[in-house]
Amino acid sequence: MEILGLLGDGMLLAVQPLNLALILVGVTLGLFIGAMPGLGSVNGVAILLPITFLVPPGSAIIFLAAIYYGAMYGGAISSITLGIPGASTAVATTFDGRPLALRGRASLALVTAAIASFIGGSVANILFTAFAPLLAAVALSFGPPEIFALMLLAFATFVGLGGDDIPKTIFSICLGLVLAAVGFDQISGAPRLVFFDITGFLQGINFLVLAIGVYGIGEMLWTIETTRGKVTTSEAKMSVKGIVNDSKEGMKRGWKGTTIGSFLGFFVGILPAAGATPGSLMAYGVAKMVSKNPKEFGQGHPGGVAAPEAANNSASTGSMLPMLTLGIPGSPTTAILLGGMVIWGLTPGPRLFVEQSEFVWGLIGSFYVSNVAALVINLAFIPLFIWMLRMPFTVLAPLIFVLSIVGGYAATKDMHDVWLMVLFGLSAFFLRKFDYPLAPAVLAIVLGPIAEPTLRQSLLLSSGDPSIFFTRPIAGPITVIAIILLFLPLINLVRRRMREGNAAG
Amino acid sequence: MRLGEIITAGVLALLSIYLMSESAELEIGYVRGEGPGGGAWPFWLSAIMLVTTVFIAINWVRRTSPPSRSEEPVLDREGWKTLLFVGGGILGFVALIDVISMYGAMFLFLLYYLKFLGRHSWFLTLSLAICLPIGFFFFFEGLMRITMPKGMDFTEPFFNVMYEIIY
Repeated sequence: MEILGLLGDGMLLAVQPLNLALILVGVTLGLFIGAMPGLGSVNGVAILLPITFLVPPGSAIIFLAAIYYGAMYGGAISSITLGIPGASTAVATTFDGRPLALRGRASLALVTAAIASFIGGSVANILFTAFAPLLAAVALSFGPPEIFALMLLAFATFVGLGGDDIPKTIFSICLGLVLAAVGFDQISGAPRLVFFDITGFLQGINFLVLAIGVYGIGEMLWTIETTRGKVTTSEAKMSVKGIVNDSKEGMKRGWKGTTIGSFLGFFVGILPAAGATPGSLMAYGVAKMVSKNPKEFGQGHPGGVAAPEAANNSASTGSMLPMLTLGIPGSPTTAILLGGMVIWGLTPGPRLFVEQSEFVWGLIGSFYVSNVAALVINLAFIPLFIWMLRMPFTVLAPLIFVLSIVGGYAATKDMHDVWLMVLFGLSAFFLRKFDYPLAPAVLAIVLGPIAEPTLRQSLLLSSGDPSIFFTRPIAGPITVIAIILLFLPLINLVRRRMREGNAAG
Repeated sequence: MRLGEIITAGVLALLSIYLMSESAELEIGYVRGEGPGGGAWPFWLSAIMLVTTVFIAINWVRRTSPPSRSEEPVLDREGWKTLLFVGGGILGFVALIDVISMYGAMFLFLLYYLKFLGRHSWFLTLSLAICLPIGFFFFFEGLMRITMPKGMDFTEPFFNVMYEIIY
């Protein structure tokens, strides 16, 4: 009952005029940002973070969370109509969304995506409300060894579940962590990694500089180069009667996918560093596995749209849970939100629920309001989004570059950082060409300032004995899971080799 | 792509060594009573980076990663052209900020991109290239009180007029 009371207070806070206006603007912006190819929630949140300094922290996080929510809905739009995902979280949506659109059923795909997103978001909100305080209570007993073990788990999840090239993923994580160490050593206060004695490095490297460089410049350059700037749109017919009929058909054929996506997405979202992209891909895989007609998947099955869309919305809410309760982000976007909270003077982590109860419950309340707002705005604006996406890429791209440069400067007000951002952008373009995953670097630069001091404090506590991470009741199991995850790709490789050996023998 | 993969791994290995040497300027071992030294964290992480580049090179030799098998060029002629024009445009934009101000550079960049690369009409080009910087000026300087770079002194009369409107 206490939770319902707090939630009620949170919802009242979320519908206050300023917050409600921010939710509506945020969701709408998010829908557009998510729908734009090459621009996902992470770009939107990174680029728009500097403009939140005008409002109180509670309203600022509600605004950014609304963008995140809207982008999860919007990502499906370009996946379905353009065949290229609006965001990485909507990659799986292209598998069945695009074939549906090519068959002239874009409306069915878009409506299914919107409703599945709503259901995914609603399930996640209820789970969040029920479990967040519980997890927060457990999290209160976390000391430096436990927090470092969690950081290790976050990085291990990326390596173990990532599926990308493992050495390149590890390289990316370490690079992000080293970049986070630039500036002054937090403990001794000595300057370190001041490259070529350039004084700009003394203030460290702001995570936004890397995030905007990678996503606003690097990814955009990559999109322009690989698509040659030519984006084609399929015709989509829309009518009110058609939307109602499509809603019925979408839910009839997609309910199983929606259910799987809603629950699986939430639990994958909670995993540190996993987030909505693996969540949506896993939900698609499971929905296909349990379907009576798995062969229809990939040919244009509404269930193939519903599962990843329900999952990415559910995971986006789920990934807020470890961010708020433990101070560790579940996705690149929440990594940026986390950075934002630090800038606003809030300390995410175990004590946030106790010390900033109003802030936390206002945010949770806003999830419910944002979810309803996103459904209504999405359905109403689907025809407009299709028209918007017909805007030539040669208009869209320069606008994104301008926003990136201006946003990057506004964050630190230093031209050194703008140059660094461009350098990161160009480097990211080439690294992307060679399949280096860059999201781990962005996560690492945010987690670095938490991981390093907790490791050093832990080792100081144990007089340099690393067994401290294995012997404590909470840190121990987390460290073991992290190590298993870290070696999972190697274990799988050995098992595969052994099976191949047995088969040959 | 295959050649590019190993060159990239080599460059990143050199970067790792450079980062290790920079980190080693501070203590990289355990200091009794103080814990790990200030250089330990970045040093050992850079060492892991160096090790991963060795694995990337092994994968290259064994042709197990997609780029190490690809015989396609990293960038074809059209790709280099795109990178030169778009990447060069961005570099030009940033270089001009300290000369003709953020807003002036934004105007020229939009003009260049929309007219030269996008081949859009003069009406669309000028509408966006003029309205967007003005919109940004009122948003950042007026609403958010964030001052953008003004460039060299010769832009001052223009900004004086603009500030007259805000204040």
